[in-house]
Amino acid sequence: MNTQGKVFKYPDNVDTDVIIPARYLNTPDAKELSLHCMEDIDTEFVKNVKIGDVMVAGWNFGCGSSREHAPLVIKTCGTGCVIAKSFARIFYRNAINIGLPILECEEAAEEIKANDEVNVDFDTGIITDITTGKTYKAQPFPPFIQNIIKNGGLLKSLKEGEKND
Amino acid sequence: MGMTLTQKILAHHAGLDTVVAGQLINAKLDIVLGNDITTPVAVNEFKKAGFEKVFDKDKVAIVLDHFVPNKDIKAAEQSKTCREFACSHCVSHFYDVGKMGIEHALLPEQGVVTAGDCIIGADSHTCTYGALGAFSTGVGSTDMAAGMATSMAWFKVPSAIKFNLTGKLPSNCSGKDVILTIIGKIGVDGALYKSMEFTGDGVKNLSMDDRLCICNMAIEAGAKNGIFPVDEVTKEYMKDRCERKPVIFEADEDAEYEKEIDIDLSKIVPVVACPHLPENTHPANELGSIKIDQVVIGSCTNGRMEDMETAYKILNGKKVADGVRCIIIPGTMQILRECVERGWYTAFIDAGAIVSTPTCGPCLGGYMGILAAGEKCIATTNRNFVGRMGHVESEVYLASPHTATASALTGYITEYKEA
Repeated sequence: MNTQGKVFKYPDNVDTDVIIPARYLNTPDAKELSLHCMEDIDTEFVKNVKIGDVMVAGWNFGCGSSREHAPLVIKTCGTGCVIAKSFARIFYRNAINIGLPILECEEAAEEIKANDEVNVDFDTGIITDITTGKTYKAQPFPPFIQNIIKNGGLLKSLKEGEKND
Repeated sequence: MGMTLTQKILAHHAGLDTVVAGQLINAKLDIVLGNDITTPVAVNEFKKAGFEKVFDKDKVAIVLDHFVPNKDIKAAEQSKTCREFACSHCVSHFYDVGKMGIEHALLPEQGVVTAGDCIIGADSHTCTYGALGAFSTGVGSTDMAAGMATSMAWFKVPSAIKFNLTGKLPSNCSGKDVILTIIGKIGVDGALYKSMEFTGDGVKNLSMDDRLCICNMAIEAGAKNGIFPVDEVTKEYMKDRCERKPVIFEADEDAEYEKEIDIDLSKIVPVVACPHLPENTHPANELGSIKIDQVVIGSCTNGRMEDMETAYKILNGKKVADGVRCIIIPGTMQILRECVERGWYTAFIDAGAIVSTPTCGPCLGGYMGILAAGEKCIATTNRNFVGRMGHVESEVYLASPHTATASALTGYITEYKEA
């Protein structure tokens, strides 16, 4: 599995309140919510993002609220992957549970620039910046988590487990 | 090698003799919690995956608190989804308007959570219950759905930072100043994926409300959980309150910590976290004159009885400054009732404040006190991110009930000094 697209670059400590402001959380509808993704720090994101594009951010991406709506709107917008120096733990967990690919890679997050064309291979953790020609290697997920992703998220994974019992 | 307090609780719930940091475990849950924003997403996932019943109706808690009484039609639909799910699955701990409170003020008060528990909640401030000596952490809606279906959750066993507390807080400080000071010191990812374990001689000098406030904001340092050991203060609080028997765990003496940080409570000063990160803390008396438009006293961080008492003591017989909107939100119906009974409600009104029924409301920019462009608010809430309480150009300053209430009287951010 892989994704390829243009990079949207964000700073450290991007919180879930800017990913999807709580004032819109009176609906669980991901499509409706996704129209407001990142709007408090980047009003252009929703207008410009295309399927497969990549978010690249600094430390502690997704800090704050536990709202699963945050990874969900990023995914619903078409974003193929988020690369960050680190992720806040609830966001990390939620992204896996809903099937948004995320990778931790400090070097890639530091060097890759906004608007670069990037290819990400989730199986190997290889990130290629096509614009600069440089490649990076992110830590792959532990097998336990790979299994959740392979099964299409946590609940489907649990259902698979039930069948095997 | 010994285990931390958190590791001891996790090992017990995973049915293992020992666990080590980094180990992946499956743990049995005592309570699975959701609110009116996160539960509808969980209900949807639960149904979509084909689950038909909750594993144990007594282990699920659903609290309508973020946007209730319903702020608009969409919020009403979300509440309805929660209500119908709770009703059809006979969820024992379902709290609707009239019974509800802000979830993290309500569940400890009602004795739903207790020492030794392993708890997940689809709300990041679920870490609050660590004050009771429980392992408690925030998760997302899918984890909530999985927890309701199976009563299990997977965890990566965390390492821990140990905070050695000594001394006693000055009278114009509270637990809020302690946790803001710590976050200022270690940063908003200073405890990422880790436990914050509070220990030492100073613990006995902290009230339950202080401890609940401190654990509540562990997430603001990125922590998986915050936790206090059980002592006489905890036992007294839990007595005749908890539905289930508390189980008391202790950290091993040879437990390994990633880091140890000493905090002398007597040296704590009133602090304020300035926009737009909780780590941006400064002593209140060094901020110069920052004019405020609004004060919010409430939230799962500071909407408890002691917080109301502080607000009452400072506001009683005085007047909120002209041009300042002072909004007081008791955390639960029981706290609201106490405020009425003790005459505090009247004192708040006479001072020119307003009092709301329990709700998260303005803390997350929902309703009941939204800010316009350029407005500043000092709040006892927990987050001051961009746009958190309203317009993206508004500002939130986080502080203790002492500092927030003193500021309501002057109209500027003000350190409280006893007369």
